[in-house]
Amino acid sequence: MQLPRSIGLVSAQKAVFDEPITLSSGTILPYYELVYETYGKLNADASNAILVCHALSGNHHAAGRYSVDDKNPGWWDTMIGPGKPIDTDKFFVIGLNNLGGCHGSTGPSSINPATGQPYGSAFPLVLVRDWVETQKRLADRLGITQFAAVIGGSLGGMQALRWSITHPERIRHCLVIASAPKLTAQNIAFNDVARQAILTDPDFHGGDYYQHNTLPRRGLRLARMLGHITYLSDDGMGEKFGRLLRSGEYKYGFEVEFEIESYLRYQGDKFAEVFDANTYLLMTKALDYFDPARHYNNDLVAALSEAKAQFLVVSFTTDWRFSPARSKEIVKALLAAKRQVSYAEIESEHGHDAFLMEDPPYHAIMRNYMQRIAKEIAQ
Amino acid sequence: MSKLKTLRPDLQYIADWIPPQSRVLDLGCGDGELLAWLAVQKEVSGYGVEIDVNGVVGCVANGVNVIQSDMESGLSTFEDHSFDYVVLSLTIQAMHNIEGILQEMVRVGKTGIVTFPNFGFWENRWQILMGRMPVSETIPFEWYNTPNIHFCTVNDFAKLLNKSGLKIDHQLVLNQGEKVEFLPNLLGSLALVRFNKV
Repeated sequence: MQLPRSIGLVSAQKAVFDEPITLSSGTILPYYELVYETYGKLNADASNAILVCHALSGNHHAAGRYSVDDKNPGWWDTMIGPGKPIDTDKFFVIGLNNLGGCHGSTGPSSINPATGQPYGSAFPLVLVRDWVETQKRLADRLGITQFAAVIGGSLGGMQALRWSITHPERIRHCLVIASAPKLTAQNIAFNDVARQAILTDPDFHGGDYYQHNTLPRRGLRLARMLGHITYLSDDGMGEKFGRLLRSGEYKYGFEVEFEIESYLRYQGDKFAEVFDANTYLLMTKALDYFDPARHYNNDLVAALSEAKAQFLVVSFTTDWRFSPARSKEIVKALLAAKRQVSYAEIESEHGHDAFLMEDPPYHAIMRNYMQRIAKEIAQ
Repeated sequence: MSKLKTLRPDLQYIADWIPPQSRVLDLGCGDGELLAWLAVQKEVSGYGVEIDVNGVVGCVANGVNVIQSDMESGLSTFEDHSFDYVVLSLTIQAMHNIEGILQEMVRVGKTGIVTFPNFGFWENRWQILMGRMPVSETIPFEWYNTPNIHFCTVNDFAKLLNKSGLKIDHQLVLNQGEKVEFLPNLLGSLALVRFNKV
């Protein structure tokens, strides 16, 4: 076997859809664009396609780099590439930026053709179901009638689950990582604090900050800082930062003193410059609304009985935002629905973010599972 | 498929007890050796339960459905009567709540199959008589590093099943992979017991 290596240089593509889409909210978008990247080659019968769904703040750039001196590879570069667990020598991998995103796909910061202005507050809420619909349309466009697998972590895992229920014929395997069948009240609460930080920022202007040539930076920064805390574990954060002081002594003020403060503020500032606040609001609402059992009398077993895919569910021990107990709810429902499922609970100190990290047992499970899929499609 | 020939002798006896197309739950399934064999040879469908991540990695490689879980905390992931056979091989002696797991086995499955090292095996008795804790083929640990906390003899296990409202459907005692018909509780090092609810 060749040593795993990076996919190398990649570039994004754009798909334009003129066919209107009626969203779950009832709003009709007459026109939209999706930005996506692909890695590897689609085989002759289009049976080796993998859809990788992104999480809250993710985008289409899942693997590779945009230029030789690009320091930041795609968000799942450890997982996707030649010889990597999601092996691009075998699979044709698609990453896309969801509708409502801020990295090229049509979203609140895009120009509304009807007004010539950014959509801003006029951009409708988009649900996980709507994303799956747009992803299906992209698959149609690319000639993919059935994905070998739909894979996602966190909010991405919810998309994979939704795929298995809404389009059971179009997905052979469903990999749901660090996810949940629906958010808990605590999770919704965190999301609302994040949203309130944005909504109450004086620069928010009801979502139409684009026209005011400003950004609700403070709000977005707070939202990200809060989110970031919940994605890490107490132990992981303690190990990395502890109570380390930047200057070595207390200064008795409100400036940055502890390393963790410095880290969070840095992450928050960075995020506020590159991410759109309206998209953040929209994505967190999509998380809150996700509940596939809702239309089945709140019976997750009934919802998952629609599925035909085989499942791999993975959770991480220190993930308290999407705890292993939440993944086990999915597993239990799948077993009750007589679907095929494997479940792994990975020992990790990295909290929710563990699904993005390179951990040997985690990657071994992903690799073995993907090899099993590759064998299946070769038959 | 060279893997198929190397089925551990006790697992081979278990496999012989399982009819084709059954649904099987294998508790402490390791890398899924038994289920992988059964799937190919007998079209058996099933699940493994394994706590060790390396076992889980192996199961996934062997194409065996596996749930990573600690069965000490019960089999609550599984519904009542979801399996025909529930197997617990060479693990029961290391468990805390033996009565609990036996009940769980017959809750989620129709028939339970347990294998365990027979403490009544003459070699074990001899070592005790000589004043030391037994170390043998089926009990390969020293007293200070053994994971085994609940040793029993063939007779003890039968008594526990009886007390738990379970009845033995079939029993087999082995020594070095061979069946022992005569004085099994004395001459067998490994017991296989198949049981149901009364």
